[in-house]
Amino acid sequence: MNALLEVKGLVKSYSGVHAVRGVSFSLQAGEILALIGPNGAGKSTCFNMLNGQIRPNAGSIRLNGEEMVGLPPRTVWRRGVGRTFQITATFSSMTVRENVQVALLSYHRRLWSVLGYAGAAHREEADDLLTLVGMDQQAERPCGELAYGDLKRLELAVALANQPRLLLMDEPTAGMAPKERVELMRLTAAIARKKDMGVLFTEHDMDVVFEHADAVMVLNRGELIARGSPQEVRRDPHVQAIYLGEGLLYDAKHREEAVQ
Amino acid sequence: MDFLLIQALSGLASAASLFLVASGLSIIFGVTRIVNFAHGAFYMLGAYVAFTLTDRFAGPLGFWGGLLVASLVVAALGALMEMVLLRRIYQAPELFQLLATFGVTLMVQDLVVLIWGPDDLMGPRAPGLSGAFSLFGRLVPSYDILLILLGPAVLGLLWLLFHRTRWGVLVRAATQDREMVASLGVNQKWLFTSVFALGVFLAALGGALQIPRTTVTHYMDLSIIVEVFVVVVIGGLGSVTGAFIAAVLVSELNAFGILVLPKISMITVFLVMAVVLVVRPWGLFGKPDAAPRASAGISVRPWKPMSVLERSGVALVVLLAALLPLVSGSYALSVGSEILVFVLFAASLHFMMTVGGLSSFGHAAYFGLGAYGAAFAVTYFGAPMEAALLLGPLLGLAGAVLFGWFCVRLSGVYFAMLTLAFAQITWSVAFQWVEVTGGDNGILGIWPSAWASTPQGFYWLTLAVVVVGVALLRMLVFSPFGFGLRAARDSALRAEAIGIDGKRTQWAAFMVAGTFAGIAGALFAFLKGSVFPETLAIPMSVDGLVMVLLGGIETVSGAVVGAVVYKALAIWLMSQTELSKLVLGGIIVLLVVAFPKGIVGFLEDWRHRRPPAPNGAGPKAAGKAATEAAPVGIAKLEAAR
Repeated sequence: MNALLEVKGLVKSYSGVHAVRGVSFSLQAGEILALIGPNGAGKSTCFNMLNGQIRPNAGSIRLNGEEMVGLPPRTVWRRGVGRTFQITATFSSMTVRENVQVALLSYHRRLWSVLGYAGAAHREEADDLLTLVGMDQQAERPCGELAYGDLKRLELAVALANQPRLLLMDEPTAGMAPKERVELMRLTAAIARKKDMGVLFTEHDMDVVFEHADAVMVLNRGELIARGSPQEVRRDPHVQAIYLGEGLLYDAKHREEAVQ
Repeated sequence: MDFLLIQALSGLASAASLFLVASGLSIIFGVTRIVNFAHGAFYMLGAYVAFTLTDRFAGPLGFWGGLLVASLVVAALGALMEMVLLRRIYQAPELFQLLATFGVTLMVQDLVVLIWGPDDLMGPRAPGLSGAFSLFGRLVPSYDILLILLGPAVLGLLWLLFHRTRWGVLVRAATQDREMVASLGVNQKWLFTSVFALGVFLAALGGALQIPRTTVTHYMDLSIIVEVFVVVVIGGLGSVTGAFIAAVLVSELNAFGILVLPKISMITVFLVMAVVLVVRPWGLFGKPDAAPRASAGISVRPWKPMSVLERSGVALVVLLAALLPLVSGSYALSVGSEILVFVLFAASLHFMMTVGGLSSFGHAAYFGLGAYGAAFAVTYFGAPMEAALLLGPLLGLAGAVLFGWFCVRLSGVYFAMLTLAFAQITWSVAFQWVEVTGGDNGILGIWPSAWASTPQGFYWLTLAVVVVGVALLRMLVFSPFGFGLRAARDSALRAEAIGIDGKRTQWAAFMVAGTFAGIAGALFAFLKGSVFPETLAIPMSVDGLVMVLLGGIETVSGAVVGAVVYKALAIWLMSQTELSKLVLGGIIVLLVVAFPKGIVGFLEDWRHRRPPAPNGAGPKAAGKAATEAAPVGIAKLEAAR
């Protein structure tokens, strides 16, 4: 079976500093893959290369067999890659619904139209997406006054507007309350299963990672040092030494559970 | 060969003053993030004060002491302006700071004429340096040699100041990260004031050093500020070395460009600037701005189309305007037509600024191109008014297509400075290319067709065009295109990530604004019956900006109100006082400080602060106001973050 995303030998260096060196992995449709690693490991650089924001020095990124390196982010998006940002990026002068409507207008290639009221366009579709992420009650609110967790959910709705085949989420639950984190990731997982959408996300919260990821990759100093199921990665002594640490709370909790 | 050398030396000598002024601007921007438009005014004041002092105190001490004291006096004035005015608006969007300092520039222009009179002044020669060197059988003024040496000397001194003194280290730290320096316990207030004083000192010294070379005039401020903008755009804002290299480059280009293209020497500089911008958008020595601030204040209250009540209010206002010819005379009608023309001009700029987030400081270029386009159509092709009104704006569109392509690659202050530079280049072409444009004499005899030749007829024509134009612009705001444009303004990152080509969208908006400004310009040509280079000049651009800001930058159509109020006020002031620039400048400064949200923005705020009472703001405000009532009790975020 062909992979949805096939990354080979990705390299990026900034004036001599090797941020990412030779990262290769693949991701299947419907798979939820977590990319973890210490600060400065190159996670965000990887993400930015995947959606076309940064051009890699070498390597290839194939989506369903099509080469994506060298395409600008907007074209990557047209090919079916949605993305959320580590620091949320939304249109602060618009309402929540209008944010989604802009994405839908773009998806339906109507943004060059000069006729008609855009606020009336794709309204039901926008509301459906907002309902999906649980933001329908706040559709009329100015986006500039939302709480941070709600902004994250809005970003998810916007990222889903183009029916992506692959969703990139850069720390999707940072700044959220524990309950919200679980809800958001459960929601994402449900969508991924239903639409056969691949999800790649970075995350520092190991509860989120080990609970929701089908597989986990560990990045350290620009190199992938492990890949496997959450259990495998958690037990990997190398990963523990570099990233997870010995006295990990999550592990301790689960050990207790196991003992009981 | 020797001739070229002499030309090169003369270019180097001119570079000295340009470098002083540009480095001052750069240093101030680096720390305070303010583009000090008044820098040209301080340059001019330096020259005037130095003239007075050297005139009074003769001898070497009188001369050199005079230059120094003049620069110090002007630096003190600069510090005063920083403390009284700029400290109040550091948190405002950068556009307001540019505008406030422009207001000061206007005031200084009138004050200078008031104090020193309108005539050009000839300063004394420098004692001991009034002679000339002989080089390859040609004469080089000794004073030029001094200036050539002075440039690198000042560069070296500034380097020492910034790298070897505690103050300099603080300034460099603040240039990199203001907040961090503040949180380390440095008194920002005095750091800013001292930096500002140093920058102004350099500008004034640049002006003072010019008095043995050129006459002192009351329009030297605008000519230098445009050159300085070009220099910092090429060299990179915030970089003193960049300012030096670019000043030399621009001066040499001027010195040699005059040999190649004597009529339009600015073109060579423009071409170099264009190349630099394409290759290095932040200038030769500049650094990309990590997090560009929003160029316009972005409202938390989303825009909505007008309600039925508001629409009726607007219809009523338009109807009343259409009935004006029944009650007023010719003079009032021509004033009315002029105000209407500026309503369209301001609305086009407003569209670009508020919806597109593109704060143009050179919108007059497209207004003027439209006017000249109409004039060309009449003069060279014998076109009737109807055809000229259609053809003229095409020239505005063409200008927007060309200049816009370069401009949208930049943002924020860089965008503002580049638009200003393009407008000034257009102006200098119109001014210098006498064969085609008539130069200073303009093009005369641009009369409307018979049916529109009466004041009433022309007023109705203008009203119809303007109402349709403003309505179209407003439709565009709420169209999918307008949404995409706002998306690119709010978050370039997110817009790109949902498939929006932000630059192309902004370029298209630039063209739309240029075309509508061109329509206004074409109407203006027929209203006046003539076209002059003033239609392209900086004051025209700034008039547009003031109208937009007066109306309110966070509104959909505030510019309409801003244009009516400002133009009526300006025309009235012109008839009342000789010192219109002084008064106007003062008003601009007051407005920026007191009403940063503009008239309509202020009214809206006022309307929203109160509990939702039925139509409290009255029919006029309700008609013009852009938004519907938003939920009450919304916490308002600051626009500037």
